[in-house]
Amino acid sequence: MTNSKFIGAMLATTLLAGAAAAEDVTLTIESWRNDDLAIWQDEIIPAFEAANPGIKLKFTPSAPAEYNAVLNSKLDAGSAGDIITCRPFDASLALFEAGHLADISGIEGMANFSAVAKSGWSTDDASTQFCVPMASVIHGFIYNKDAFVEVGVEVPKTEAEFFAALDKIKEDGNYTPMAMGTNDQWEAATMGYNNIGPNYWKGEEGRLALLSGDQKLTDEAWVSPYRQLAKWGAYLGDGYEAQTYPDSQNIFTLGRAAVYPAGSWEISGFNALVDFEMGAFYPPVQNAGDTCYISDHTDIGIGMNAATPNKEAAETFLNWVGSSEFATIFANSLPGFFPLSSAEVTLEDPLAQEIISWRGECESTIRSTYQVLSRGTPNLENDTWNASVAVIKGEESPEDAGKRLQDGLASWYKPQM
Amino acid sequence: MSNPENKPKFRWHIVVFLAPAVLVYTAVMIYPLFNTLRLSLFTEVDQERMFVGLQNFRTLFGQSVWSDQFWNALGNNLWFFVVHMLVQNPIGIALAAILSHPKLRFASFYRSAIFIPTILSFVIVGFAWKLILSPIWGIAPDMLDAIGLKSLYAPWLGKEAYALTALSLVSVWQFVGIPMMLIYAALLSIPDEILEAAEVEGITGLAAFWKIKLPLILPSIGIISILTFVANFNAFDLIYAAQGALAGPDYSTDILGTFMYRTFFGFQLQLGDPHMGSTIASAMFAIILVGVCIYLFGIQSRMRRYQF
Repeated sequence: MTNSKFIGAMLATTLLAGAAAAEDVTLTIESWRNDDLAIWQDEIIPAFEAANPGIKLKFTPSAPAEYNAVLNSKLDAGSAGDIITCRPFDASLALFEAGHLADISGIEGMANFSAVAKSGWSTDDASTQFCVPMASVIHGFIYNKDAFVEVGVEVPKTEAEFFAALDKIKEDGNYTPMAMGTNDQWEAATMGYNNIGPNYWKGEEGRLALLSGDQKLTDEAWVSPYRQLAKWGAYLGDGYEAQTYPDSQNIFTLGRAAVYPAGSWEISGFNALVDFEMGAFYPPVQNAGDTCYISDHTDIGIGMNAATPNKEAAETFLNWVGSSEFATIFANSLPGFFPLSSAEVTLEDPLAQEIISWRGECESTIRSTYQVLSRGTPNLENDTWNASVAVIKGEESPEDAGKRLQDGLASWYKPQM
Repeated sequence: MSNPENKPKFRWHIVVFLAPAVLVYTAVMIYPLFNTLRLSLFTEVDQERMFVGLQNFRTLFGQSVWSDQFWNALGNNLWFFVVHMLVQNPIGIALAAILSHPKLRFASFYRSAIFIPTILSFVIVGFAWKLILSPIWGIAPDMLDAIGLKSLYAPWLGKEAYALTALSLVSVWQFVGIPMMLIYAALLSIPDEILEAAEVEGITGLAAFWKIKLPLILPSIGIISILTFVANFNAFDLIYAAQGALAGPDYSTDILGTFMYRTFFGFQLQLGDPHMGSTIASAMFAIILVGVCIYLFGIQSRMRRYQF
């Protein structure tokens, strides 16, 4: 009898505990940022849970390379989390079209974002929004301040000054002028073409004109960046043809190179490795006084599983992601991933501060090939990698590269036909 | 006289013993193979899978966007194979001939040392050689410098003209142990009586190799050639580990395997297309099938065999 009483008591406590837990809603977050697990657990989740009692968060990331495949199969099986971290552009758009991501155009937090920030996660006509923009990465050049002082060059503002500085560093001979290789190809396009290009095609203006078919890749604005890239080859180190991305990172952080064409995501990694002072400058403009344009590329968003049973809680969370509180926590734990919200954010890392300050001076745009234009075959992004490398190596003329890309794009993209 | 005991019984044990292998093989090889062939006849329109017959093959061979890449990959693959046939197999045979020499000391040490790269992962081999050949940290430039040949050094893996040959040679380095082992075994199985008889006739040394041993190991060389062919046309890992899925520079190291991978699983902004990917996989299957058939019916059936 004592035994059965005991079991009864145990059963009762289980029921009670179950009932207590049921009052809290737990939201599961799918993500590929397993690097950020500690930041979510130590900073973001406690901050949110303190502000919103009754909602618990569970961050369950998977490996970046497997994320898309894992997420797709979970969504199809109906076992995916309530909150879904969104890759920019077509990968997420495909999920929205398949009915997996909910339409969240209506939530309040969305008002804190500019049209460019939202473009990564809206339908092609920008009418429907399916993810809250979370972070972007900014392109520019990181440089070795000590090397600049030693050689005696100033931070370049114009293209002429840029090449004069590189010439001087090359003449000095102590430093490789610029650390970039062409072996992995993407740096040439991402840190090369799409880094310096917005100054020529005037950021969003040119990008949207390309989307609408008013401009072509053979236009001067789109060929000129290749003309500049063609000059880069001479300033990259010996054997840059076989230099990989980690090679370039190492060359720069070991203090062997003066300039590093960069994305802001390098900041936290570089901070831990360098023993010299780093600075950053935005892509030099053609003539002194020109408006500068920077690639401020939307990289991470966050949305809601359309099949979630906890719709309200999920919306509360997404709203909070759009707030300045989240933006501040996120930006300071991950310097180099900048919040996209227009809300006021204070950054502590000096290099990150310098880079984000460009938003005030320059016009922001995103990488030209990401929205819509890389949807067909041949893939414009892949072709841009290839063309940028070929131009740097001098194997293809800038004009031929422009023509090849235009022909490829025109073969499937209606507005360009 | 019809005795029921004389009637052969159905031998169930054969079925029972074959079943596990047949089931496993069907599940992991035969079913995926036929499913891939089937998938190449479909395409996806608006989230729906649609049967399109041979349309995908028409796209692959008819549209220059696809066919240029396909022929480029096939051409590179052929060169990859040619390098293996001209370098790997002759070296393998030569090594086996040397190793089987009765007076060679430390033969088993050399045998293991040469065979070890074969069991290494492609990723290790790819990264190790990338480092060795690296213009920045690599030992290749320094070694050439030490013997005064620095001018011969080039960042081979980054140059279109050399990258594929360089990677083929890396693959040769990795796999030269396989032909060596197979030929070594074949050489050991040649009876001493034959060699002694030849010696009595005055055929020794190199002449004995060319006139006696080589004809006797020809069937093994045939097997090695066909194994090399199949392995090379299915190759993917080394190129992927060393050059990535875009098989740079400028697709000069793109082989059928990397082309298929890029198409099937997608790459960067390019979304995966399982149907076109399967089409390429089917084309690879056809190429290998034709190659193997030519060997089986054209060469192997005419080859003379010697029974000892």
